[in-house]
Amino acid sequence: MSHLSAPAVHVTDLFARRGRHPVLHGLSLTVPRGLVVGLIGPSGCGKTTLMRSIVGVQLVQSGEVTVLGRPAGSVSLRNRVGYVTQDASVYDDLTVRQNLRYFRSVLGAPASDVDRVIDATDLGRYAGQLAGSLSGGQRSRVSLAGALLGSPELLVLDEPTVGLDPVLRVELWELFHRLAAGGTSLLVSSHVMDEASRCDRLLLMRDGEILADDTPAGLLASTATDDVEAAFLSLIRRHPSPEDPQADDPSSEGRPTGTGSTGFDGAL
Amino acid sequence: MNPRRTLATAGRVLAQIRHDPRTIVLLLVVPSLLIGLVAWIFSDTPVFDRIGPAMIALFPFIVMFLVTSITTLRERRTGTLERLLSMPLGKGDFILGYTLAFGLLAVLQSAVAVGYAVWVCGLTIAGSVWLLLAVAVADAVLGTTFGLLASAFARTEFQVVQFMPALVFPQILLGGIFLPRDQLPDALRIISDWLPLSHAIDALQAVASNSQDAAYIGGELLIIGAWIVGAVVVGSITLRRRTP
Repeated sequence: MSHLSAPAVHVTDLFARRGRHPVLHGLSLTVPRGLVVGLIGPSGCGKTTLMRSIVGVQLVQSGEVTVLGRPAGSVSLRNRVGYVTQDASVYDDLTVRQNLRYFRSVLGAPASDVDRVIDATDLGRYAGQLAGSLSGGQRSRVSLAGALLGSPELLVLDEPTVGLDPVLRVELWELFHRLAAGGTSLLVSSHVMDEASRCDRLLLMRDGEILADDTPAGLLASTATDDVEAAFLSLIRRHPSPEDPQADDPSSEGRPTGTGSTGFDGAL
Repeated sequence: MNPRRTLATAGRVLAQIRHDPRTIVLLLVVPSLLIGLVAWIFSDTPVFDRIGPAMIALFPFIVMFLVTSITTLRERRTGTLERLLSMPLGKGDFILGYTLAFGLLAVLQSAVAVGYAVWVCGLTIAGSVWLLLAVAVADAVLGTTFGLLASAFARTEFQVVQFMPALVFPQILLGGIFLPRDQLPDALRIISDWLPLSHAIDALQAVASNSQDAAYIGGELLIIGAWIVGAVVVGSITLRRRTP
């Protein structure tokens, strides 16, 4: 039963193209279990391609993606991994409840799950409304609710908080941490740097590569900065100019639980 | 493949259409209106009795092709298909679910079209009206499965609409409406023998004139059925879980 102790996600030397364009070039990373891991990077850096590879809908060129101890996309993973695409993938011409009922029966989750996830995402008031009549933020919550059905062990959420009002965003992050406390592993992407501080661990991504894999505090300490945006900039500056004296700073400093292989010094 | 997931998918597609009453009305009424128009054009001639059965094959086939191909393309483009394929939904569940849902609509649509042609437009049916309906339904389901197949090869709505003339028009031209099939040039006649719409039109005309026995109609239904099964199978195979 070694897969029970395997990390939530383990990616080794992944190459992938989105359409015709190479997006991931030899990316490696590990997502430990039971944590909220933020995948932070600018638009177009490959976050979605990476997430698609993890849920097994991306055609990859080479490399290995292991999810919960099994190859990504395995049949047995399909109801253990919840995936929320960047644009809300819901049926606009169905009500919120009809959407969730359909996803529930595809997943084979218990019938009571529909009400549970409606509560968890605070959609009770809209349950009888057509998804197409909801605002963008409400629709993305329906999409998120769909991914919570069946209580998957890993949630892969592609920019789930875009366009949400600040109060709701805080509530969602609280929900993510409640889920993690219950043992769910979460990989949450965002291009909003200030969301980074809400994660247990951060993967900073740029141009298809992982620049840093650290805790928020460890990242700030190792870059001697006081916000993630500045830390990100400092990491990027090291990239093109290796002769920069700063680049020689041992990056392992201040990385209490670094997973090693994908620290930003290694990735560069 | 799993019956529960297939039926859930069919139920979901029908629920979507239920929220769109205008589509339902158009789906049920448009073929009949077109058949009525053809009957009116040829009202003082014997032509309608000759081409009327072919019209029952034609309009539901085209309408179901368009509706199905656009609906499934929309599913590809809105990300719901990607979500479903990351879930434990079989590719066959998806295609068959759609076929069942639109197949049910095809039954209703064909019933309205046949009823309208026979009882309102006065189309003479020498054979069994039920057999006529059976062929009409098979033909409309054929349109559905062709639509499913076409949407697999289209990336945009523009492309999928272009597949209509590409896949459907040759079948209409070679189906024996413009010129009886036995008068076509040899090469075209052989091609038309392979096209499913030709068999649907032949069968409907045979029922209308009661010129063939039930075994002949059954044989034609089998050919149409084989095309339906083929389109469903190819549609499932061409559906890719992993895309670049």
